[in-house]
Amino acid sequence: MDTPAILEKLKQNIGSGIAGSNLEAIDPWVEVAPGALPEVCRFLRDEPELRFNMLHCISGVDYLQTDPKKKSEWEPHLEVVYHLSSLVHRHRLVLKVILPRWKDNVEGQLPEVPTVSDIWRTADWHEREVYDLSGVRFQGHPDLRRILCPEDWVGHPLRKDYQMPLEYHGIRGR
Amino acid sequence: MVLERVDPELAEFDVHTDELLVNMGPQHPSTHGVLRLVLRTDGEVVKEVIPHIGYLHRCAEKIGENLAARQWIPYTDRMDYLAGMNMNLGWALTVEKLLGLEVPERARHLRVLIAELNRIASHLVAAGTYGLDLGSFTPFVHCFREREKILDLFERVCGARLTYSYITIGGVMADLPRGWLDECEAFLVSFEPVIDDLHALLTSNAILIHRTAGIGVLSPEMAVSYGCTGPVLRASGVNWDLRRDGEPWCTRTYVGYKFEVIAETDGRYPQDAPYPPVPSAVVLGDCWHRFYVRMLEVVQSVKLARQAMDYYRKSPPGVGEPLRLVQKLPKGEAYLETEAPKGQMGFMVVSDGTTVPWRARARSSSFCNLSVVSELCRGCLIADVPAIVGSLDIVLGEIDR
Repeated sequence: MDTPAILEKLKQNIGSGIAGSNLEAIDPWVEVAPGALPEVCRFLRDEPELRFNMLHCISGVDYLQTDPKKKSEWEPHLEVVYHLSSLVHRHRLVLKVILPRWKDNVEGQLPEVPTVSDIWRTADWHEREVYDLSGVRFQGHPDLRRILCPEDWVGHPLRKDYQMPLEYHGIRGR
Repeated sequence: MVLERVDPELAEFDVHTDELLVNMGPQHPSTHGVLRLVLRTDGEVVKEVIPHIGYLHRCAEKIGENLAARQWIPYTDRMDYLAGMNMNLGWALTVEKLLGLEVPERARHLRVLIAELNRIASHLVAAGTYGLDLGSFTPFVHCFREREKILDLFERVCGARLTYSYITIGGVMADLPRGWLDECEAFLVSFEPVIDDLHALLTSNAILIHRTAGIGVLSPEMAVSYGCTGPVLRASGVNWDLRRDGEPWCTRTYVGYKFEVIAETDGRYPQDAPYPPVPSAVVLGDCWHRFYVRMLEVVQSVKLARQAMDYYRKSPPGVGEPLRLVQKLPKGEAYLETEAPKGQMGFMVVSDGTTVPWRARARSSSFCNLSVVSELCRGCLIADVPAIVGSLDIVLGEIDR
């Protein structure tokens, strides 16, 4: 199935969870409302015609233009991108969850997405990585710790407004 | 030869001792890099394994969003430093997908040739160090001698032995030097008997079979759920190889090439030569199968390299223009996975229309392959942990990025 057909099927079954889509992109994607993510993912994995049994990658992308000279076309936001594929039916799908950069616009409060680690085990480490580097809290994750940075690291390095620390345990930073 | 595996839980006669936390690594010879495992043990039986990674984190993705797309190529080398060419290829194809860029025929065949040679080199390290993990030193020396010859060939092509930055966005950096194809053919001819030697030394070695048969059995469902790819996935009997099954941007590199995907189907492996049969003691998806799949894949890579040399000879000159650093990338995003020796290596590029990617993401195959380790090690003996970790063939540079 190609993405338009999958999108049609998703709309028929869980129409309320689909927030938007872009079928003209190089990798066509479907936007899912954060709250509906587990339901949509479970449907994608279990529906016999879809059977998305492999989650390849979860990436966090921060959209914030930090250069005052450039004007950005987008409102500041954060995207969590899921790349799925089915080894059974040989089709692929890209899911996106679009989030505010901070929960309730309070700086320091991480935005939240429900975990999919109970649907695909790949998500376990990948969600920890996105939490660590991009600063997204995955609700219901069994063990949401930092994975690449040390446990006492401050900040989320792949945020565009991240400031490199001046020192870390006596090691000079900037 | 009688092989009987006793469940460690039963072998310990159900005697429970105090639980002990044993720390392995980050400096441990059999963890293949700076991997730290914390084992919760009851006597000799491992109850739980908690992997700690990140010791080699070099902020590759952060660096990627501060450099022009082509300037990130040298950083991809340093991810899987045992297969730098395949890493270059992954990023180059991803940016080409974003640009909609075709490479010349000659560059395409050079990419296949070089990438397959690097796959041989990577699998040789995997096989050699696996022997080392299990206590046999000789095969390691044979493997590294052969790998050395491949590195010599690479040195003649691009000047580097480990971090090549040879495959680039838009083609490859240079055409082959004069006489290189003959040297390559000479290497392949001398290498083929070594495969038989390695099979004699390792594959049918009674100790190796004892140490690996039935250890760390990974079911196909679990492999798929954990996102395990490459030889680890195929050793569980899943017939899946991106060189054949990938999306068009990945498979177009291999259009016209004939090779077998090495995975056990209907109880047998596709074989080009009478290699040692599968011993009766092994179970599909165990450490032995993961080792065996790599050994058979090497033969396919030799076959592919030969075909690539033929195609190369027939192709018109011209290996492509490397993407200029001032060239702006089109707005949009592209994600592509390619079949690297250790599994599916994915890259994502997000562009806002400038020369520098807005986001450069690397999906590491070893990262996913390692994540299954705590599942595989549950209930095994401490001595089996290096056997399991070694069979996954991880490279920490790629996991930590």
